[in-house]
Formats: sequence, structure tokens, C-alpha cells
Amino acid sequence: MTDHLLSLMTFFPLVGMLIILFLPREADRLIKTVTLIITIIVFFISLPLAFDDVFVTSSAMHYTEFANWISIGQYFQMNYNVGIDGISLWLVMLTTFIMPIAILSTWHAIDKNTKGFMALALLLETGMLGAFISLDLFLFYIFWELMLVPMYFMIGIWGGKNRIYAAVKFFIFTAVGSLLMLVAIIYVYYFSVKAGVPFENGFSVAHFAQLDIPAHLQTWLFAAFAFSFAIKVPMFPVHTWLPDAHTEAPTAGSVILAAILLKMGTYGYIRFAIPLFPVATMQFTPFLAFLAVVGIIYGALVAMMQDDVKRLVAYSSVSHLGFVMLGVFAMNLQGLSGGLLQMISHGITTGALFLIVGFLYERRHTRLIVEFGGLSKVMPVFAVVFMIVTFSSIGLPGTNGFVGEFLILVGAFESELRVFAVFATTGVVLAAVYMLWMFQRVMMGKVTNPKNENLKDLSARELAIMMPLLIFIFWIGIYPNTFLDKMNPALDNMIQQVKGKQQIAMMVEDMDQTVTQITVND
Amino acid sequence: MYDKLWLIPFFPLLGCIINGLLGKRFIKNEKIIGAIGTGAVFLSFLVSCKYFFQLLGDSVKSHENIVASWISVGNLQVDWGFLLDPLSALMLMVVCGVGSLIHLYSIGYMHGEEGYYRYFSYLNLFVFSMLMLVLGNNALVMFVGWEGVGLCSYLLIGYYFEKQSAGDAAKKAFVMNRIGDFGFLLGLFTIYWTLGSKHGVWTINFTEITANAHLLSGDMILGTSVTTVATLCFFLGATGKSAQLPLFTWLPDAMEGPTPVSALIHAATMVTAGVYMIGRMNVLFVMSPTTMAVVAMVGALTAIFAATIGFAQNDIKRVLAYSTVSQLGFMFVAMGVGAFTAGIFHLMTHAFFKACLFLGSGSVIHAMHHALHKAHLDDDAQDMRNMGGLRKKMPITWATFGISCLAISGLPFFSGFFSKDEILWWAFASTRGNMFIWVIVVIAAFMTAFYMFRCLFMTFYGEQKTNPKAKDHVHESPWVITLPLVVLAGLATVGGLIGIPHVIDVAHIGNKLNAFLAPVFQHSQELYKIEAHGTASTEIMLMVFSVIVALAGITLAYVMYRKNPELPGKFTAKFPTLHRTVFNKWYVDEIYDALFVNPTKKLGIFCWKGFDVKVIDGIVNGVAKLVGVIADTLRHTQTGFFQNYALTMVLGTVVMMAIFILN
Repeated sequence: MTDHLLSLMTFFPLVGMLIILFLPREADRLIKTVTLIITIIVFFISLPLAFDDVFVTSSAMHYTEFANWISIGQYFQMNYNVGIDGISLWLVMLTTFIMPIAILSTWHAIDKNTKGFMALALLLETGMLGAFISLDLFLFYIFWELMLVPMYFMIGIWGGKNRIYAAVKFFIFTAVGSLLMLVAIIYVYYFSVKAGVPFENGFSVAHFAQLDIPAHLQTWLFAAFAFSFAIKVPMFPVHTWLPDAHTEAPTAGSVILAAILLKMGTYGYIRFAIPLFPVATMQFTPFLAFLAVVGIIYGALVAMMQDDVKRLVAYSSVSHLGFVMLGVFAMNLQGLSGGLLQMISHGITTGALFLIVGFLYERRHTRLIVEFGGLSKVMPVFAVVFMIVTFSSIGLPGTNGFVGEFLILVGAFESELRVFAVFATTGVVLAAVYMLWMFQRVMMGKVTNPKNENLKDLSARELAIMMPLLIFIFWIGIYPNTFLDKMNPALDNMIQQVKGKQQIAMMVEDMDQTVTQITVND
Repeated sequence: MYDKLWLIPFFPLLGCIINGLLGKRFIKNEKIIGAIGTGAVFLSFLVSCKYFFQLLGDSVKSHENIVASWISVGNLQVDWGFLLDPLSALMLMVVCGVGSLIHLYSIGYMHGEEGYYRYFSYLNLFVFSMLMLVLGNNALVMFVGWEGVGLCSYLLIGYYFEKQSAGDAAKKAFVMNRIGDFGFLLGLFTIYWTLGSKHGVWTINFTEITANAHLLSGDMILGTSVTTVATLCFFLGATGKSAQLPLFTWLPDAMEGPTPVSALIHAATMVTAGVYMIGRMNVLFVMSPTTMAVVAMVGALTAIFAATIGFAQNDIKRVLAYSTVSQLGFMFVAMGVGAFTAGIFHLMTHAFFKACLFLGSGSVIHAMHHALHKAHLDDDAQDMRNMGGLRKKMPITWATFGISCLAISGLPFFSGFFSKDEILWWAFASTRGNMFIWVIVVIAAFMTAFYMFRCLFMTFYGEQKTNPKAKDHVHESPWVITLPLVVLAGLATVGGLIGIPHVIDVAHIGNKLNAFLAPVFQHSQELYKIEAHGTASTEIMLMVFSVIVALAGITLAYVMYRKNPELPGKFTAKFPTLHRTVFNKWYVDEIYDALFVNPTKKLGIFCWKGFDVKVIDGIVNGVAKLVGVIADTLRHTQTGFFQNYALTMVLGTVVMMAIFILN
């Protein structure tokens, strides 16, 4: 059983999708229930991973599976090569955890072509889980593209008024990025074969990481990967697909997009771009850290002025993921584990925020801030939930938002990115401004719009959706070690390797310079 | 021995959770909710007392209680840990003691409020946060409390959330506090990073920072010493939390909250957190004379600046708010000149008399509100111009308010006399003090006496100016309100006796407070040779002088508001611009709006509509369009005629061959 746990977990949704396809089209509630059960089963399949203490002691890949998949003669080999370590562990858990919540949120929100939506959602889950456990770059690429399609349709079919524009924009941005990555992947493979790596290894990341790729090549390859991931993060200035996609996507789509899909970008940096091209990472660090900090401040400033709650939350994601990127490029344990923790936290908090916006939208069919006001009076339970999530997003100590942000800033401060950290810290102030201003306009004051006078407070189902998220908001805030302990060994190992290679590269460069100088002197 | 310290913050947290979750649906009964809320804080008070006296009899003066690990990443190890030393023990007594009284008071004051349970839940959460701030054994647990009190302040200022002004004030308070928190974090990073990377001591634990601070001397960053940079950052945090220049403007607006909240949070405890924090990190602060000078100067300027605004306010709570800002300035002066004990001393006495003043004003507002409500009038219940002559109607409130006014003005043998005088003496005689600061503080003391007695006269003396219809409905408040007033007035009277200065200590009681706090402050004061030196006669002369100054202020108030009540009107008529400017708080809010708020908004709009939409999406859509146009043009080549395709193919082959041959 544990031998194939990852495969079982990853492909169970796919099996579920087939089941859904055989259900009658009209059986709306049945389809939703079955999908919910499937996602819950997937969650329970993945649960043993969270309790496995092997991650605390070992930085290696676990639960690995390996099989030859596609081979073309002696030239091309692609393997089914999967595994999990402390870096991917919590992202996998986040995925299986968020999916049932997202499905539950569609109960009243999705009423046209439910069958299609649920089938796509399950396909998406397979794609996301597959991407997180892939140890073969080509396999990763397949899952990566697999995620793109369902999300495109989710936005394009079940989205709001401007859905077509948003869906196409989402698709084009992401596709352009992934094509560049594909070229880079193939080039790395070509290089590895030339360097004498046995082609049976296929696109194994572990083997690629051992390659000694010349600096000038690394620059180009890293750039291709980095560009693709930057779009997904999204980093300033390639973030503009995100507000549109979020605003138009149905609630469940937004939740999945924010909680998990956005993490693919930052995960890609940690898992692929940095370990494969450590020397190029060094060159790009100031540039990417700069963009990250611009993103933090820029995202916050734009979020502040939004009149649509959903768009505001979308821009806040730009800001929060800027923090993650800063932590990642600090290239020390605090920064990286802060970044990784912030990815999980952001998934929970922003997921919760999109659900909250969804609750409002289902009641009023609008997301414009001016339409609301004074809701605390009519929806007191909702007010409490919203308030907790708001402060988690602001990063109040004791909630999840704080720990990640703090670690990131400490990490950045310890690294060469000190000045960036100072500017990033201003994001802490701005976050309070845009969130509280929004909260005030939506929840406080008198009820001025008669349409808001009789809004129903949260239903039991809605509260049940929010509860698990609230629990983790406090859990991560008060005892983050549950998560940190398991991610630290893997991150530490990765940092050692990358740093080691960077040092060697710097030494070689120094030697080259010395040699050149000697030659010149001669 | 000290392993149950965690109980102290635990009880209020429990109270908060019980009332918050069950208050509305299950408990409902006001009495039970009030009892849970008050009882929780009182339990903390009892535990605090136990530990306070235990510490008094203990020869070791610093004890830690580690509950659990919080964040553990590489060399960053942070615990949920608590620290009991004389400084935190004293703060515990103030916070829990005054906190209990204000909770008791709230039972009466908030009677009949719709959100009764919510109020007590928030108030308990506040006490919890404040206790975390006080007890934290490392800077991060302190920061939990630091931001936690900011949150509770937000929640309680916005308690009447249906009022636009309350929402605005709440948001403003939180954001301004956050600006301070930004400083706090930067200070923390600087210390952590320097101690760690340069000296191998990776820590944010206060005891360890104190023990290793000396390593930092000589370390430079940005061309200045590390300690200066770090402590200036910390001090920015203090200006936010303790409402000092330039971040003071949120505190007067915070008066939107219920009055007991103003007494507890915005007078007695939370706003003093900045002072406490400097006390906690005094070792770092003394290492930087620059920061110390800045602290003293900012404190002095705030003291006098806020006092001027206090002159012209008619809202009784606003007068007290500006007075609080001003008094906090006194405390920072003390910290800045190295008189740490005096600063903490004033923090304590101020907690007594200012809480009493606020609760007294609450008692008045409560009675006024009640009377106006009965008479169906919507006059302002907080405007002192609607009051006057309440002395007869509300004798207990009047007496306690009066005593507190005497205490804050610094009349001999009231608590404020001892603490304020010690500050003045140090400002004058300390190795880190100077004449200039002393002069400013003396003027501020004069102004304090004046505007406090102006407030007392306008409220309790003369003719009652309340609308005749409501006049007779004004009554003294019930015992739950007056009892805390009496206790606090008692403390405001005798609380100063624990810090009798040596020169007038004829009974040889000794300066108990000085001795008690010595383990925390003495080391750094001795190391950096911070002391007040001067002859006994100078000290006594200054003391007499400051009493004269206070009496002069009171006399002026008497002349203007009792003897010749027409004088203030004449004065404002003569200097209308000056009066308007002071009345409008020197237009600081407007200046901040013009300088910071509006430009930030404009920048946000520019980033969004200018850059996001026009530039980035412009390029993206432009490329899309270009592709469309090219595709549209190329479409014409797809004619469907075989001949055309054949021709193109031949042409292509020819060109390629030509290139091949030419190469």
C-alpha cells in the first residue's frame, strides 16, 4: 500500500472523474456529493504522509516510485519517477485539504453543467498533485500543462461577465511561459546526454542537478525557467492575468487558483530553477529580489484602491507572494522555510478570503465594496470569521500570516538582501491599510443599502467550510513547528548543495581571473 | 517556583474565549458575563500578587518560565516563554490591578449595551495581550502582545462600529501602530542579525540580549553604531504605541471607544508599552547617547505640544487624551535622560490618576447621557460647555476627579508630585539631561496644571449649563462605578510614597521603588555612568520651584474659569487665528493627509490605472492585436489554389539553394 501511496493519491481523482462521467447529467446533487466524497477520500489517502516522522530526520525523497514510461530507441527516455520530501509534503497536503473545501463551496454557486465542472475539478487535482510529486522534469511538464486546461475551462465556462477575456489571458500568459520552459527542459536533457548521463535516467531532476552546466548556459536556461515560474507566481510585472482570472473565476476556481496553482511558481523555483542552475541563481538574485519587493509594495498599493473585493484580494496575493519570493532568494534556512510556510499560509488565508467573497456574492450578486457596509450588524458570525481571516492576512502574530512573514524578513535580513528586507517590511504597514479599509467599508458603519438589511448569516455548511481553515490559521500561528520541523531538513539539504556549487563556481571564477591577470602581466 | 507564570495571561484568554463564544447565545445574562470578565482579570491579579511577593523575598531577581517552543528554524529558536523580574512584576500589578477595577467599572458603565458580551470578550483579550507584552521573555513574544494590544485597541475603538467616526478612528489607530511595529521589527532584525553574525549569539531572548549587549559596542552599520540604528527603530515602535510625535494623532481619535476602554487602554496600560519596552531594553538604549537624546527630546516636545492642544478642547475626553499624550512625553523624557526608575514610577502613578480621571469623566458622561436621554435631547454629553456645577450632584465623582487633578498637577505629597519631580530633577541633573529639556518640561508641567484645572472648573464648578430640561436628571453613578473611582483616587494620593526622594525622606522610609527596580536598571546606569548629581539644596529648590509652577497654573485656571469666566472668550476673540489653529490640533491631521495619505492613494491609482492597465496590459493586448493583424494579413496567402502553393515552394527552394551555394 505505501509502495504506491503517491500514485494512488494522484490518480484516484482521475478514477473519480471517470465515475462522474458515468453519472446522469441532471443528478446535480449526486454529482456534487460523489465529487466531495472522492476528494475527501484523496485527503485521507494522503493523511499518513502528514504523520510520517521520517521527514523530520531525513532530507531524502520518500515514497518513491519508478517505472520506464516512454522510450524512443536510444535517444529519448521518459520515466514515471515520483517521490515526496519535506518541500513538497505540505503542498501536497494543502492540495488534498483545500479540494474538499473548494467542492463544498460550489453547492449553490455552480448550477449549470455541474458534471463538467466536477470532472474538470478532479482532473485538476490529479494535475496539481502530479506536479508536486514529479521527480522527472518531463513528467512535471505534463502535469503542469494538465493543470492549465481545466482551469482555463473553469474560468471560461463558469466565470463571470468578462470570462472569455480572462480565460484567454490566463491561457496565453501561462502557455507562453511554459513553452519557454519546455525548450529549456529539452535543452538540459540534450546537455545531460551529451555529458554522458545514461539516457535511462530520463529527465531525472536529481541527475540534472549533478550536471556541471557552464555559467553562460545556466543564465539562459534559468531565465527560461524563471520566466515561466514568474508568470505563475505571479511576479510583477507579469501579474496582470491574475486579477482578471480571479475576478472572473467561480469561487471554487479562485480558491484553487489562489491556494494551490499560484504555489506552482514558487515551488518551481525551489524544486527546479534554483537547484538546477545555482550559478545563474546567484546572478539573478538581486534582480528577482527587486521584483519581489516591487511586487510587495505595488500589489499592496493597487489592492488599496480597488473597488471590487475579489480584485482586492487578488492584488493582495501579488503582494504576499512577493514576500515568498524574497524569502526563497534569501537562500538561507529562515528565508526558505518562511517562504514555504508562507505558501501554505497564503493558501489557507487567501483561500478563506475568496470563500468569504463568494459568500457575499451568493447573497448579493455583486462584489463591489460600495454596495456593502454595516454587515457586522446583520451577519455577526460572518463578521467574526471575516475579521479573523482579515487579521491573518495582515499577519497578526498568533495567526499563520505572521510566522511566515517574520521568518522571511529575518532570512532576508541575514542575507545579502538586507536593503530589500527593509523595503519589504513596509508591506506590513500597507497590508493593514488595504485590508482594514476594505473591512471597514464592507462590515462597519450603518447599513445604508436596503438590500443588505435582511442578509442571512452564515449557514451551517458555510461555517463547516470555514472551520478547518480557521483552525489552521491559529495552528500555524501558535505552533508552526509541526510544519517547520518536517520541511527544514529537506530545505537545509537543498541550501547546502546550492551554496556548495555557488562557492565552487566563485572559486573557479576567481582562479580564472587570477590566471588572466597572470597572463596579462606576462 | 515560578513555573505557573503562564497562568497570569491564561485567565483573561479563557475569559475572552468563554464570553466570546458563549456570551451571546448561551450565557446572555449580563451579570454572569460581567462576573466572568472581571473574575478572570482578578484571578490574574491574585496570581500576580503571589509572584510579586514571592519575588520580593527572593534573592534571585529574574526567573523564566518556558512553556513550549514556538518557532524553531536553524539558529532562530523562539519559545513561548515568560520572564518575571522586578520590572515585569511591577507592571503586572499595575495592569491586573487597574485592569480589575476597570472591568468592575465596566459592569455598570456598559449596562444595557447590545454587545455586552463582545465588550468583555475584547477587554479580556486586551488584558491577555498586555500581559503577554509585559511577561514575554523574548522580543517576539513581546511583539505578540505588542500587536495584540493594537488589535484590541482596534476592536474596542471600533466597538460602536456603526459610527463612521469610530471605524475611521479604529483603522487609524491600527495603521499608525503598524508604522511603529515596522520600526520594532527592523530594530529586532538589526539586533538579532548583528549579535548573531558578528558575535555568534543568535538570540532574541531579553536576558541573553542584556548579557551580550556589550559585544555590540563598536559595531557599525550605515556609518552609525548598530545600537543607535536598532534603538532608533525600536523607538519608532514606541512612538506609535505610546502616541508620541510624530505618530500621536491616533490617540485623541481613539476616544471614540467606550470610556472605560480609554481609561484602561489609552491611559493606564497599552500606551505605556513604549515606555516599558525601553525599560526592558535599557541596556541597549544606554549604549547609544544619540538615541537617548532623541528619546528625551521627542518626549519633551510631545509633552509641550500636546499640552497646547489640551488648552482649547471642549470635549472632556479629548482634554484627557491630550493630557495622556503629554504625560507620556514626561515618561519618555525620563527614559531619555536615563531616569528609568522615574519613568516607570510616573508610568505607575499616571496609571492611577489618569485612569481615575478617565473613569471620572466616564461617570460624568454616563450621568449626562442618561439625563439627556431622559429629556429626549441630543446635546453632546461630552462637551464641557454643557456641564458645570456638577460638584453638588456627583460628589464622589467630583472628589475623586479633584484629587486626581491635584495629583497630575504635582501638588506636594500626591503621587504625581513624587514621580514628576523625580523626572524634573533628572532632566536637570542627569549626566544625560540638559537645561533645555528641563525648561520645556517645566513649562509643560505648568500647562498641565492649567488645563486640568480648567477641565475641573468647567465640569464641576460654577453654574450648571446643562439644558434645563435635563438638568435635574443628572445623578451620581452607582457603586460599581464609584468604588473603582475611590480606590484609584486613594492610590493616586498615596501611590507616590513608594518612591520618596532621599532629600525629603525625613522618616527614613527609603526609596522603595528605586531599590526594587535596581536589579533591572542599576547595571546599565553604572556602566555608562548615568546619574543625577547635584546638591541637596539645589534639589529642594527645584522642588519648591516646580510646586510654585503648578500652583501658578492652577491659579491662572482659577482666574480664567472661575473668577472671570468672560476672559477666555475675550482671549479667543483677540487671537482668533491662534485659537482656531490650536483648536484644530495645529492641523496635523490635515498635514498628514496632504503629505502621506493622499499621495499614497494617488500612487495606488497610478499603479493600477496608469501602469497595470495602460502599460502592462497595453503591451499584452497590443501584442495580441499585432499577432491578429499579422495573422489577418497572412491569411490572404492561404488562397487554396494549388498553383500559388507550388510557386511559393519553388521560390523558397531557389532562395535556399542560392544561400547554400553562396555560402
